[in-house]
Amino acid sequence: MPEAVIAELPIRLNGETVRVPAGITVAAALALAGQQALRLSVKGAPRGPLCGMGVCFECRVTIDGRRHERACQRLVADQMEILTHD
Amino acid sequence: MTEARFELIVLGAGPAGLAAAKAAADSGREVLVLDDNPLPGGQIWRGGPDQAPNARARAAFSALQHPRIAYRPGARLFAAPGPGTLLVELPEGGCRLGYGQLILATGARERFLPFPGWTLPGVFGLGGLQALAKGGYPVAGKRIVLAGTGPLLLAVADTLKARGARVLLLAEQAPLGRVARFAAGLVRHPAKLAQAVALKSRLLGIPYRCSSHVLEASGRERLERLRLSWGGEEGFIDCDYLGCAFGLLPNTETGQLLGCTLAAGAVAVDDYQQTSRPGVYAAGEACGIGGVDKAQIEGRIAGLAAAGRPEEARRLFPARAHARDFADRLAEAFRLEPALLRLARPDTLICRCEDVPLQALQSCSSWREAKLLTRCGMGACQGRTCGPMAETLLGFEPRGSRPPLQPVSLETLVSALSPTDPR
Ligand SMILES: Cc1cc2nc3c(=O)[nH]c(=O)nc-3n(C[C@H](O)[C@H](O)[C@H](O)COP(=O)(O)OP(=O)(O)OC[C@H]3O[C@@H](n4cnc5c(N)ncnc54)[C@H](O)[C@@H]3O)c2cc1C
Ligand code: FES
Repeated sequence: MPEAVIAELPIRLNGETVRVPAGITVAAALALAGQQALRLSVKGAPRGPLCGMGVCFECRVTIDGRRHERACQRLVADQMEILTHD
Repeated sequence: MTEARFELIVLGAGPAGLAAAKAAADSGREVLVLDDNPLPGGQIWRGGPDQAPNARARAAFSALQHPRIAYRPGARLFAAPGPGTLLVELPEGGCRLGYGQLILATGARERFLPFPGWTLPGVFGLGGLQALAKGGYPVAGKRIVLAGTGPLLLAVADTLKARGARVLLLAEQAPLGRVARFAAGLVRHPAKLAQAVALKSRLLGIPYRCSSHVLEASGRERLERLRLSWGGEEGFIDCDYLGCAFGLLPNTETGQLLGCTLAAGAVAVDDYQQTSRPGVYAAGEACGIGGVDKAQIEGRIAGLAAAGRPEEARRLFPARAHARDFADRLAEAFRLEPALLRLARPDTLICRCEDVPLQALQSCSSWREAKLLTRCGMGACQGRTCGPMAETLLGFEPRGSRPPLQPVSLETLVSALSPTDPR
């Protein structure tokens, strides 16, 4: 496979700056940073992405101050501010 | 709230929507294509034009370069307040869109069935895991079991393997006899047969077991181990991810919102792909599961019909009949085994948004009662995941569809309610 140079960009994840490949979803960026569980259910059980296509809302996080954004439906952007378990 | 009007709006930028938009624009119509996803291509070409896997995909994406086609990603339809009007939430805020005609090409989602442990992180939908991987979700080196039914099982294994995953097992729920008969019938669809053979050879070495399904997922904070049934025997597999779903369900919410009649769980259409609402058409998986060939042909027919070219649309009827024949064979071969409907235990969750277990629903007689007593289906996904399960497992009547279709920001709702744009 040809070696492509993958551009990276910084995002802020729960207050910490991490560099992630450009063009990936927020759900992917979170998993790369070791965060598979993104929220706690109403009874406190950990939950992560299920449907990967915007239907189930299990991947919801806060992005740039907007709550209930679906991490699987958003691409990462420069300096994007993401909060999990919010 | 901003306002705009288009001769034709196409909802969905998958194979059906792109084909519909192109056919209508080639016939002189001004078209707006809206899609919830950040990139066009629908389920099959989810990575957008940059990741187009073949010439067919590239040809489909060329629609977006058409001078008469406008395209807006990240667009969520949330209400249809009257004939000819849609309220849509765009990344920059709410928008009121007028249309002369509308084509619904909203595709399908996966059918989930509950089993103990299915809420653990690491348990994904089958196509869901594929979609996530296409969006950069890390799968390289992960030990993955895929359980489900039909050709999607092989397509997903192919995607994951190409990205370096260790696919341990493909568990097909249908019995070998039905799968073999389906494969033999592919001689009538030689292109499909060639695809299947190529796919199988790329997946050489991965065990493919029929009459197999997951019984239980377990782990502390995430998936660690699966208990499976294969051909009547039981066994355990340790793994990192499970991709698991049982067929596809047409996305009918938008059609229901517009008052379109449904038939057999899909948006009902006539020969020209028109729904029960004049001027509203539907194409692709939304009006019946059948795959990409059917989606593209139906899209073209809908686009031509909406553009006032019924004669040209008619010429595509034989090709559509051929594609629907394939769809019928698929549905018959990979119909669900009854054992899959009995995996949930009384404490297994049905509604993941509100944490409602099966036993809480068993005493309810209808959706209405279940919603009032348990809050089932009242959470963020608005019953999209638990609704079909409750209908299948408990025999509840299908749900209606009420606006807002998806949670929208308060700002958008408020601006939608004000009749004129003050800005
Ligand atoms: C998870 C999944 C994975 C699949 N993977 C494959 C595969 O690898 N290979 C294959 O051949 N087939 C695959 N399929 C089958 C697939 O359905 C068809 O191949 C084909 O993509 C169907 O085309 P379509 O245009 O009808 O629908 P889709 O491709 O599903 O396109 C529908 C589009 O409508 C959009 N949409 C839906 N509702 C709204 C709304 N309310 N507002 C705005 N936009 C909306 C969606 O975001 C989507 O982009 C998959 C299906 C699913 C569900
Ligand atoms: S994983 Fe289901 S909405 Fe994102």
